[in-house]
Amino acid sequence: MKVLLAVSHVPDTTSKIRFVNNDSEFDKTDIQYIISPFDELVLTRLLEIKEQTNNLDITVVTVGGADVEPTIRKALAIGADDAVRVDAEAVDALFVARQIAEVYKNGQFDFVMTGKESIDFTGNQVGEMVAEFLNLPSVASAANLELNGNVATITREIDGGKEVVEVQTPFVTSGQKGIAKEPRIPNMRGIMMARKKPLSVVPAVAQGVHTKVVKFSMPQSKGACKMIPADNPAELVRLLHEEAKVL
Amino acid sequence: MSVLVYTENWDGKFKKASFELISYGKAIAEKLGMPVYALAIGNVANDQLNLLANYGAEKIFHVKGDKVSKFIAASYTHAIAEIAKKVDAKVVLFDHNYTGRSVAPRLAVRLDAGTVSGVVALPISYAPFVVKRSVYTGKAFAEMQIDSEVKILSLMPNSFEVRENKVAASVETVDLDVADELLKAIPVRIEKIEGKIPLTEADIIVSAGRGLKGPQNWGMIEELAHILGAGTACSRPVSDEGWRGHDEHVGQTGKLVHPNLYIAIGISGAIQHLAGVNSSKVMVVVNNDPEAPFFEAAHYGIVGDAFDVVPKLIEAVKAFKSAH
Repeated sequence: MKVLLAVSHVPDTTSKIRFVNNDSEFDKTDIQYIISPFDELVLTRLLEIKEQTNNLDITVVTVGGADVEPTIRKALAIGADDAVRVDAEAVDALFVARQIAEVYKNGQFDFVMTGKESIDFTGNQVGEMVAEFLNLPSVASAANLELNGNVATITREIDGGKEVVEVQTPFVTSGQKGIAKEPRIPNMRGIMMARKKPLSVVPAVAQGVHTKVVKFSMPQSKGACKMIPADNPAELVRLLHEEAKVL
Repeated sequence: MSVLVYTENWDGKFKKASFELISYGKAIAEKLGMPVYALAIGNVANDQLNLLANYGAEKIFHVKGDKVSKFIAASYTHAIAEIAKKVDAKVVLFDHNYTGRSVAPRLAVRLDAGTVSGVVALPISYAPFVVKRSVYTGKAFAEMQIDSEVKILSLMPNSFEVRENKVAASVETVDLDVADELLKAIPVRIEKIEGKIPLTEADIIVSAGRGLKGPQNWGMIEELAHILGAGTACSRPVSDEGWRGHDEHVGQTGKLVHPNLYIAIGISGAIQHLAGVNSSKVMVVVNNDPEAPFFEAAHYGIVGDAFDVVPKLIEAVKAFKSAH
């Protein structure tokens, strides 16, 4: 079995977010980049399946310039087998999804996975778009994945509960919290081996781009926190009703 | 030309989010000088469908039949695409819930449309078409321009109010052929969480953290949530420890939530947690540490021990509820 795992290169979760050029661009100064946490959880689950079945090759794919290669190498160090970088700026979800779909077509993959969203744009779009480009079934927000031969049993979160879905390869699914317990950390051997694992760079295919960021802004500051004495929660209830008007 | 709203039903019933979404669609349609139409898929009775006219939907398309009786992303995408083409939809709207997230991106590929998910307000402008959404998990906002002829948006819950706008409407039942190829992801069963309000649609969320010391102490959180009609949530350590299910974890690596009121109890307010909750309209924090970073982010705060404050808060809410 071969899986194509789309991984995004995102600012670390502790990053202070700032913008430059008239608030039109993200300020990359002093930002540490990581594998998006949902992608990392999916990679961890795929490695568990690889170890259980001894039959899974994991290819990671990222759309980005040469600056994303440390993130790709980290995925290889954690345990992915090889990698593809599509050499283009990840301008919007449709563009990225199209590139991943092309990589899928040019390989011999059985299924495609990705995290439910990247933690920078949190669009929750790429996996489903890849599926539609490839005319494949898709299952979003997988909180559990079991693979039995070519049949996947996926538990996905839905509004108000969970749904169990069965699907045969080929398919696309996006993973969320729950799909693996803790993301794996690369060990020294993994880091050494990652340097030698294949990382191919391919050009992007043409794809119309329909969305762009015009401007970024920060949430309005909300003023000081109004403190209420601990022995008077009734005052809090009054304020929530009369002042904030949320009760 | 029209604005098309996908209205999701749960066992044949619509929820408030659908009425908000039609109200939102009606507001956009007025600006664009177009009618707004609604689309429902599955088994829904006519009296339910007619409710959609109360918010401005002039036509209500109803796709039904065995092949769409269960949600499958590929087949629902097909159904919505067919209706969107039929009514020459220029804007297609979804709720930013699990279904919207499954279908809107697929539809964007199908219709070669620009799409923005998690929109938080009416468009900032219509020509060019610019909408606002939160980015960096709630740490910032982006104004996004969509240049394609067809535009697809998914709206964050609690981002727009229900506006009554009753119109004369007709219901049109559509029989649609769905190829077997679109039915390959087979729903086997649904496990509903009974008696809990899903976080994606909760107006109020009561959330608790490590300050509660153990899962055995959640009774008072559930009671407070129950009397407020709120959903329950938790911080990352609580879900990592297995005290509560992963479905309750809010924050950067869990869920992004957008309620009117978020009450955080015994949660210090790490940057990753705040990222997931700070688009809440009003935030309340109860923490025994006056230095907890959550006090910087919150609107109202109580410094005190949760085990002392929460029971009193429950009594205060009960008194309020019986008086109103």
